[in-house]
Amino acid sequence: MDRNRLTHLQTLEAESIDILREVAASFERPVMMYSIGKDSSVLLHLARKAFFPSRIPFPLLHVDTTWKFKEMIAFRDRTAQEYGFDLITHTNAEGARDGVNPFTHGSSRYTDIMKTAALRQALNAGRYDAAIGGARRDEEKSRAKERVFSHRNASHAWDPKNQRPELWRVFNTRLNPGESMRVFPISNWTELDVWTYIYAENIPIVPLYFARKRPVVERSGTLIMVDDARLPLNPGEVPRQELVRFRTLGCYPLTGAIRSTAADLPSIIMEMQASRTSEREGRLIDSDSVGSMEKKKQEGYF
Amino acid sequence: MSLAMATANTDLDLWLEQQTGKSLLRFLTCGSVDDGKSTLIGRLLYDSQLVLDDQLASLKNESRNRTVGDEGIDFSLLVDGLQAEREQGITIDVAYQFFSTDKRKFIVADTPGHEQYTRNMATGASNADLALVLVDARKGVLTQTRRHSFILSLVGVKHVVLVINKIDLVGYDRQVFERIEAEYRAFAAELGFETLAAVPVSALRGDNILVNSERTPWFSGAPLMPYLEAIEVSEDRAARAFRFPVQWVNRPNLDFRGLSGTVASGAIAVGDEVLVAASRKPAVISRIVTMDGDRERVTAGQAVTLVLDREIDVSRGDVLAHPGSTPEFSNQFQARLVWMSDEPAYQGRSYLLKIGAQVVPATITDIKFRTNVNTLEHAAATKLGLNEVGTVTIATDRAIAFDPYGANPLTGGFILIDRLSNATLGAGTIEFGLRRAQNLTYQSFDVSRQVRATLKGQEPRIVWFTGLSGSGKSSIANLLEKRLTAEGRHAYILDGDNVRHGLNKDLGFTEAARVENIRRVAEVAKLMADAGLIVLVSFISPFEKERRLVREIAGDIAFSEIYVDTPIEVCEARDPKGLYKRARTGEIKNFTGIDSPFEAPTTPELVLHGATAEPVALAEQLYDWLRI
Repeated sequence: MDRNRLTHLQTLEAESIDILREVAASFERPVMMYSIGKDSSVLLHLARKAFFPSRIPFPLLHVDTTWKFKEMIAFRDRTAQEYGFDLITHTNAEGARDGVNPFTHGSSRYTDIMKTAALRQALNAGRYDAAIGGARRDEEKSRAKERVFSHRNASHAWDPKNQRPELWRVFNTRLNPGESMRVFPISNWTELDVWTYIYAENIPIVPLYFARKRPVVERSGTLIMVDDARLPLNPGEVPRQELVRFRTLGCYPLTGAIRSTAADLPSIIMEMQASRTSEREGRLIDSDSVGSMEKKKQEGYF
Repeated sequence: MSLAMATANTDLDLWLEQQTGKSLLRFLTCGSVDDGKSTLIGRLLYDSQLVLDDQLASLKNESRNRTVGDEGIDFSLLVDGLQAEREQGITIDVAYQFFSTDKRKFIVADTPGHEQYTRNMATGASNADLALVLVDARKGVLTQTRRHSFILSLVGVKHVVLVINKIDLVGYDRQVFERIEAEYRAFAAELGFETLAAVPVSALRGDNILVNSERTPWFSGAPLMPYLEAIEVSEDRAARAFRFPVQWVNRPNLDFRGLSGTVASGAIAVGDEVLVAASRKPAVISRIVTMDGDRERVTAGQAVTLVLDREIDVSRGDVLAHPGSTPEFSNQFQARLVWMSDEPAYQGRSYLLKIGAQVVPATITDIKFRTNVNTLEHAAATKLGLNEVGTVTIATDRAIAFDPYGANPLTGGFILIDRLSNATLGAGTIEFGLRRAQNLTYQSFDVSRQVRATLKGQEPRIVWFTGLSGSGKSSIANLLEKRLTAEGRHAYILDGDNVRHGLNKDLGFTEAARVENIRRVAEVAKLMADAGLIVLVSFISPFEKERRLVREIAGDIAFSEIYVDTPIEVCEARDPKGLYKRARTGEIKNFTGIDSPFEAPTTPELVLHGATAEPVALAEQLYDWLRI
């Protein structure tokens, strides 16, 4: 191959690094959202590359709903220790005090309180002017429309009908007081790009992505893992051990597992190549109504 | 390692090799509204078997009551993602879609057809290698087809496919196809596209998408998808002159100082000599650092950290180049500008310009002409409105490094940003620098401002009065001038009305004229202050933007903004010139405070409350504050 021509992944990697550096150079108080999922792992890897040999010049923020998989939290703490970045975790204290959970409050109110409101609290408390996220345009239709540098007004809301033009790689990073920017360095990556990059770069990810026998219950066709004793079981419902894995990770009561035998990266990628359903199907919050993601984003959801 | 895993690994490696060998084509769809852009992309995704089962199910569900093809699907629903778009059946903003075939990976930007969303189309075009320009076979080439094609040429898209869609609705008529193709080719001749192909297509029915359609036996060209898979668009950016815009100074400790950025063009190797474009200071590349280890040589597109062999002054915004092929370095250039804001672009108004990692205050010094997108003819203009394209000259507050856009898009494309709202107002491509920086030093005479001021025994300054008509600005200025003159100072009043009788009698009251009016007054005030005078300017100056411009023009001359804050009821009751009465009856239009806004200053040096004291007392208060 022409030694001057970059491969597809090299092009994407360089673009993302360029964006991360632009954030570090242009904003006073940037922060990187860390959701512990595979996209976050890629983002973290890219940030380490972008600033090497310096440390990542901004903290990582994890919004802990208290309902994440145990393995995610363990992975998060291990990773923070290994790479030595600043990790900030935030939980909506009021929500936790009131015992807000996905069962009695419903997934939509729960998400509002423990994710969207919690994120706003954390961003306000840190006075962050830029929040970097791992969203990709291939995930969902309203994400496909979003800019790389996506402007938010003082109440963190997105105005999809009035986005700033974004030409070439000349990003307008300027803000008025109280406004903020959401920045998506891996906008142009696909799910397949993410997996092939993880494989090529040997990036550690949460073991939940690999198939293993796990205790699950099946509800309306969705496999929910019984991660701890807080999951209320319906009368007669008994957790079964099944060989499953997760394509996306979130709060365990809201994340569907898939039956799979893919126990390593090559098998996952091969499985994905053969798969005929899109990634976010495993996430219960998106299918509430058409346009539900767009609505959430207007309210400040990532 | 288990046997099964080993097999998977081998398969995967083979497959990965095939993947990495693929090239990437970024393209966009554009054209007028309802030409079927979203439907075409939906069709490409569907025919490449990239629509997943769950998407297909929900699509069939949503396609009821819509125009559908044989498959029972409204393909446009695949890409119109915003709620408002689905409700109105139109595309508002660019949507990016990703797909790949055995031969190539594609990122496609579906851009809106409505004229009001042209800026979103430009966003999609700016990063594309190729454009599909759609035309409805029944309607032919429309204004928006031409506008989009012109913007494509402006942002440097070199490859165009004219997709003549809905060919089924004209009975697959060869003559219709040929007539539209000929008309478009005639128009596009001046736009500088390197390749231009035309394809007759029905996105809804799938004609000439994957294979040649039997219903157009007269068409001998390649169908759309095979054409997209085969076309060579990559230009060798690595073969161009080396440019490295410094993005971020990487300084983990005292022993390491690296310059992080992305190679915009060309190649760089350890041992190469480089120059900083602005300071022309030389250095040698001692290391090229990445987390995966040091590199010997890197080329365009790679994000790296360069270490120099010596400590020289380099910071974000600087551009490194090889000696002998450095970028232009100047504070004036000519550019093509596409305007993207409801508020027009005016000559003389100040904006922020961002190019690469450089951000500088900049002024449009001249709008040379506006280009008519229908005819490509030039017309004189004093402003550029939303979605208009013109050729302008721009002056920046300090010199910047750049290349003509044709030579290097990454160092030749810029955006203009509003200084107050921070909105992106326009995007431009540099044609050429107007003057070399070395010729730019101002004439510097031996008798300086300081000498003239000392002679007069005073510190020159500009005192700028702003406030409503009838607020008392002129009265206060007048009293202050008397007082200063009585004390042997040299002061002069520039009054808005008086200036309009002479210097600015050629200017009307349109917004463009008002900007020019105030710019001239500010320049005259500056000259007078330079001559050693204390200049009192009494001007309504209702807009924050213009007051900011004035302050910039004043530069290093002491400048005070005095806001004479008198409630409009009081001003109207005074009405010394009878203007309010005439404005109320509609005899005068655009009168400040009546049917044109007064933007109260947010950071004036002093506020005088005109309703609370007599002008004499206020002039006294001002005099004390000025401490002249």
